Amino acid sequence: MQTIATFLTRRRSGKHFDLTDIITYAYLLAGVIVMFGPVLWLVMSSFKPLSGLYEFPPSFVPYKQESVQVQGYDKPLDLFDVKMLDGSVRRLAQISQVGIGARMIDPNAPKDTPIDIRIEQRTPVRSLYFEWDNYVGAVEKFPFLTYLQNSVIVTVVATLVTLLINSMAAFALSKYQFRGRDAIFLIIISTLMVPVSVILIPAFLVIAKVGWTNNLWGLIIPGAATPTGVFLLRQYMLTIPDDLLQSARIDGASEWRIYWQIILPLAGPALAVLAIFSVMWRWNDFLWPLIVVSKTELFTLQVGLNAFQGELNQQWNYILAMTVLTLLPITIVFAFLEKYITSGIATTGMK
Amino acid sequence: MQSVNPQAPSRQWLSGDILLQPFLWVISLLDYVLAPLQTLIGYKRMAYFFVLPNLLIFGIFILIPMLLNFYYGFTGGDSILLENRSAVGTANFEKIFTCKDFFSPNTCAEDLFWRGAWNTVTFVVFQVGFIILFSLITALALNRDVKGRGFFRAMFFYPVLLSPVVIALIWKWILQYQNGLLNAFLISLGFDKVPWLLDANWAQFWVIAVSVWAQMGFFTLILLAGLQAIPKEMYEAASMDGANKWRTFWNVTLPLLMPTMTVVFVLALIRGVQVFDQVFVLTHGGPGTATLYIVQYIYRTAFEFRNYGMAAAASLVLAIVLLILTIGQLMFQRRQEAA
Amino acid sequence: MKRIVLLTLALLAVIVVAACAPAPTPVPTAAPPTAAPKPTEAPKPTEVPKPTAVPPTTAPTAAPKVELRMMWYNDGSEGDVMRAILDKFQAANPNITVKMDTVAYANLNQILQPQVESGTPPDLARVTDLARFQGYFLDLRPNLSNAAAWEANWSPAFLGALRKVDDKTGLYGFPTQFTVSGPFVNRTLFAQAGVPVPSDTKEKVTWQEWVDAAKKVATATKTPYAVAIDRSGHRLWGPSLGMCAHYVDGLYETKFTVDSPGFRNAANMLIGWHKDKITPLEIWAGGGGGYAAGNDFFNNGQLVFYFSGNWQITQFDKLIGNKFDWDAVPNPYGDCGSTGMPGGAALVTFKATKYPKEVTKLVEYLTSDDVLGEFSAKSLFLPGSLSLSKKGIQYPSANKQMNVFLKEVGKLTPESYYLQFNPLGQTLNPEMRDRLSQVITGELTLDEAIKRIQQKMDDAAAALKK
Repeated sequence: MQTIATFLTRRRSGKHFDLTDIITYAYLLAGVIVMFGPVLWLVMSSFKPLSGLYEFPPSFVPYKQESVQVQGYDKPLDLFDVKMLDGSVRRLAQISQVGIGARMIDPNAPKDTPIDIRIEQRTPVRSLYFEWDNYVGAVEKFPFLTYLQNSVIVTVVATLVTLLINSMAAFALSKYQFRGRDAIFLIIISTLMVPVSVILIPAFLVIAKVGWTNNLWGLIIPGAATPTGVFLLRQYMLTIPDDLLQSARIDGASEWRIYWQIILPLAGPALAVLAIFSVMWRWNDFLWPLIVVSKTELFTLQVGLNAFQGELNQQWNYILAMTVLTLLPITIVFAFLEKYITSGIATTGMK
Repeated sequence: MQSVNPQAPSRQWLSGDILLQPFLWVISLLDYVLAPLQTLIGYKRMAYFFVLPNLLIFGIFILIPMLLNFYYGFTGGDSILLENRSAVGTANFEKIFTCKDFFSPNTCAEDLFWRGAWNTVTFVVFQVGFIILFSLITALALNRDVKGRGFFRAMFFYPVLLSPVVIALIWKWILQYQNGLLNAFLISLGFDKVPWLLDANWAQFWVIAVSVWAQMGFFTLILLAGLQAIPKEMYEAASMDGANKWRTFWNVTLPLLMPTMTVVFVLALIRGVQVFDQVFVLTHGGPGTATLYIVQYIYRTAFEFRNYGMAAAASLVLAIVLLILTIGQLMFQRRQEAA
Repeated sequence: MKRIVLLTLALLAVIVVAACAPAPTPVPTAAPPTAAPKPTEAPKPTEVPKPTAVPPTTAPTAAPKVELRMMWYNDGSEGDVMRAILDKFQAANPNITVKMDTVAYANLNQILQPQVESGTPPDLARVTDLARFQGYFLDLRPNLSNAAAWEANWSPAFLGALRKVDDKTGLYGFPTQFTVSGPFVNRTLFAQAGVPVPSDTKEKVTWQEWVDAAKKVATATKTPYAVAIDRSGHRLWGPSLGMCAHYVDGLYETKFTVDSPGFRNAANMLIGWHKDKITPLEIWAGGGGGYAAGNDFFNNGQLVFYFSGNWQITQFDKLIGNKFDWDAVPNPYGDCGSTGMPGGAALVTFKATKYPKEVTKLVEYLTSDDVLGEFSAKSLFLPGSLSLSKKGIQYPSANKQMNVFLKEVGKLTPESYYLQFNPLGQTLNPEMRDRLSQVITGELTLDEAIKRIQQKMDDAAAALKK
């Protein structure tokens, strides 16, 4: 109990490396394996050919069966080491295999009669191999670049629009007194809890009436008026001293200029956090794009990936490759901006 | 919250200003339009201009649908167009609330709604509980002066960035019955394969586990910030009073962490109730309806069964539940701040 | 903050430039193997067909550019065949482009439905649920060059299925294929196990005989699964009818009866397979909601006996090839005989289209004997066209298997047509499927499921009366 207590309360470890430190490190390391392991497994699996994926038990690293071109057969045949009935081991190529039997041929003597064996007798001849074909084939079936482009367009434009109009609204709600201000603020906040799912059908009807089905604007605009954004920015802007604005007004600056040249720069940190949230949310958005867009060339990455795995059901080699490609962009962004993102979220969480 | 220092916006580099020129130019251009507007209505009323775009989008795409939802909820028919729907009064709501035993969906008229509802309750209870537990432990671990803290923090946070579709596919692959990693591992230990996602109970377990896996990092960060905000003096004072480690945790750390934990609790709760994306791809509500949650029920009722009226009615019920949760949270926060 | 603004602006500029560049990767129309459809219509090949000869279209002079959108799904590779045919059409009609939007069959209705109802449907779509969109179709009659001849080429039951009850004349689409449900077997596995294929020696093989044989084969060859049937109410109807189930009396009757010994027998058989673990859990006990098929298991040689339908043939032909010897066998027999379920898909047109003349032109092109014959042959489809069924079609491959199904067409019972074409049949299908899944996973008992299905059918019938 004492050690657990120590673990729970110590902020700075002393000079010695004691039990709680070990527990801590063990936990953290286990955490890393649990958190990152699955992703690593995904990447490793994505390089295996389909047959390798169905192999049981699976190997960690991707192996590919060696194959050899045999005279008289158009496709290369897989190579196996076969334990013959007399105990010797021969390296044979496989013509076909179903159930418990396999038909083999000696690659050096292709005209000989094929040998029928049971599958237990053979072991595959394998070498380390990264099946890039999974990616190539998947990209052929899955217009990755189109989906990527759509996702990027939607994310970037939506984030910019969100930042703009939310900060404008927050500015008005924090720095002005006007009739209806409190009512407006209350209405906006009360919908903080309204998820897309609750207004799904009528929202779709509105989009259809406006003519934005199968249109990227239908993905960008509706979600731009985020209550969270307004709330966040307003909280932050409240701390900007009013005197600053007053003196600017006395100097003859218009409200618009005040907004751009005083408010926005000072609200920088909050804007950055909102930008991060917006990017994360938009990039991963699924339900709304699922309904609004059905023209395949307008799919975002997430919707496309879902459609892809729905169509291909069990062709995991392509599905895995596509999944890796889909998580690549955000991983790269994360690698560069990690510190920024994590500290941003931590500070907002406090509020 | 500290006040912003107005004297020090970050003016760190001059070369950027060149690129900024066209940007500033656009702003000035707009000023030509807006300045006269301002002289017209006075600077105080410019607030209306600023709040307008947000309000417009909000009004059209959030408020109006919310109101339309009522219309859908009280009408029947299978057309999405308003004019083709017939009024049915409270029939949809009555159907939802017709149950011999509310805890037993099989006895309800709209049994799928209640399955979705109770599944969601189970999900939320366990998911939020585990999230708080694991986030707290991880935050405490990271709070210690560990080497490579930044690395560990990044690792825990990484899954948060992944999209629900990606997360679901990663785990679907690991939990595959025939070829999944987990079953391979079990077999190597001599056990039998388990139909993880094909068994009602295990599917629910994994939906919760994957959800915790995916979101934990986010809440860990928040709790970590909360921990780091506790002033050192508190601990020093406590140890001077002779309190042992456990009491310090209980009487110092935990109370001071309460506000942050409340934030985590409420956020996780609200997110939990709205769970959809990940489950949709991972189990699609199955097996049977074991992982059918309320949002998917609404989606399915609307887009697969075309029962827009019932779906709208269900979403209104959901909205009310969320409203109650929100009010509860606000009240709780008020009480906290008063203390 | 400025840095961020700058970076975003730069990024935005890059995106805008990239977006304004000519379109990058084209939308794929290639067909990865997909789930099989719920087939829907049945031409009754009794009338004498009058082949409609459509003259090749000549390029019109200075006609406005038209883009038609066709929503499509794939069972196998017919999407490629259609694409090639559309390219030929485009070459002959330079002002018309036809774009195919391919979606997964399981998502078809969900995607199409909101579009149709909100007035923004594609110009054409390949659908299996004909009754669903009644009232939204474009009447081709005004623009067809010889409407009477065109109409006579298709079964009246099919044409009627697209019309609302009081509409007797509308022409709204044509069948892309005609299908029959029925089983496939993996002959290589039977051979390895030394078990004879029952239908080789007997004409009337019962379900029990098939299941027993498949179990023997699976055990002997260590194949994971002995039997499987697609997750679809429609698939179960055929076997249940053979077991003396009875659901509805006619094409336009609204009174459905779910409970019958035949239905219970079929349902219990399916439940039993899951209890005995001889069928993959993924199909009926896996994804909750929606259609699911067992073709991947069959393709990978993990399944001995697979009950699906002839639309799988094109996919099997391509994906299985020579890996093992696969074959189609006649529908198994119950106490009341044997029947498959008729069905198919139709290419329909929507009246919200902006280009009714061009759409009709495309339809005429696609339904000409040459083009439709080519489409059917290359896609390994049974044609719905009466003129073509008279002429006959030589299939480039899988000729034997296609002909097994062709023979099954003659054995279809009247009630199988009723179930397929009655508008309420499309309510019975998913409800039966979803409720039976719940029974299999233990959420409901069979009695409770039957009650619920019946309730749903009664509600639907009542709603129709309003």
